[in-house]
Amino acid sequence: MVPLSWYLIFAAALFSIGLFGVLSRRNAVAILLGIELMLNSVNINLAAFWRYGDVLQMTGQVFAIIVFAVAAAEVSVGLALVISVYRRRNTVVADDINMMKW
Amino acid sequence: MTGEQIIFILVALFTLGSGFMVVTTRNLVHAALWLVSTLFGVAVTFALLNASFLAVVQVVVYIGAIAILFIFAVMLTRKDMRDQGPQTNRNWWVGVLLSVLTFAGLFFLLQGWNGLSKTASAIPVGFDAISELGNALISPDAYVLPFEVASVLLVAALVGAVYVAFNRK
Repeated sequence: MVPLSWYLIFAAALFSIGLFGVLSRRNAVAILLGIELMLNSVNINLAAFWRYGDVLQMTGQVFAIIVFAVAAAEVSVGLALVISVYRRRNTVVADDINMMKW
Repeated sequence: MTGEQIIFILVALFTLGSGFMVVTTRNLVHAALWLVSTLFGVAVTFALLNASFLAVVQVVVYIGAIAILFIFAVMLTRKDMRDQGPQTNRNWWVGVLLSVLTFAGLFFLLQGWNGLSKTASAIPVGFDAISELGNALISPDAYVLPFEVASVLLVAALVGAVYVAFNRK
């Protein structure tokens, strides 16, 4: 049987990879890809705590489903913003999108 | 080492390797395809955790909808994909440092916790996780309100996405 720690360390590693993608990529779409990796690692944690805690309580899975819904909402609005910015400014590089920078 | 542990290690290595390719590949279409394989590895992890509904939703919603949406967005912004030139910003080493520090911090935090070596208890005989999950999602005693709020959020996000991306010409 796999101990709980393996799942948690796996999720922590996936979260760190996603964090690196968010912090260092220039393309706005690539930044959203990193956010997806981070949200997935959170879902692994939720499912693992459901399985290793009280199986009769469905809280972990319910929260994972809500994270699915929030991720879908986030990615649809985020990609719509990227496409809208691309149409007006002709760029998707995050450094160049600085109209609101003071 | 049991068979389940070997399967878990293979799946974890596959998922982490694909995730690493997502954040380092130059070509964004390839990055989106690596994201598909990462999401598939996470779906296998859900199956290993006996969360069958989550595994199916992961394949249907994430791979079937979100990853395809990413591929469409990459193709719609194709002119500025910049396959040449640096893909990372000037401060990429800060990102490396912060992500390594985050992993190290989480690792040491987990090391000091005593519930870590816990193994899963057996699932009770006759326990139907999917029907329990359905009951929890629509029961007023449980999570019907967050479920409805999530659906309102999805509708609002989709309407907002159409409004933002709409071409007014």
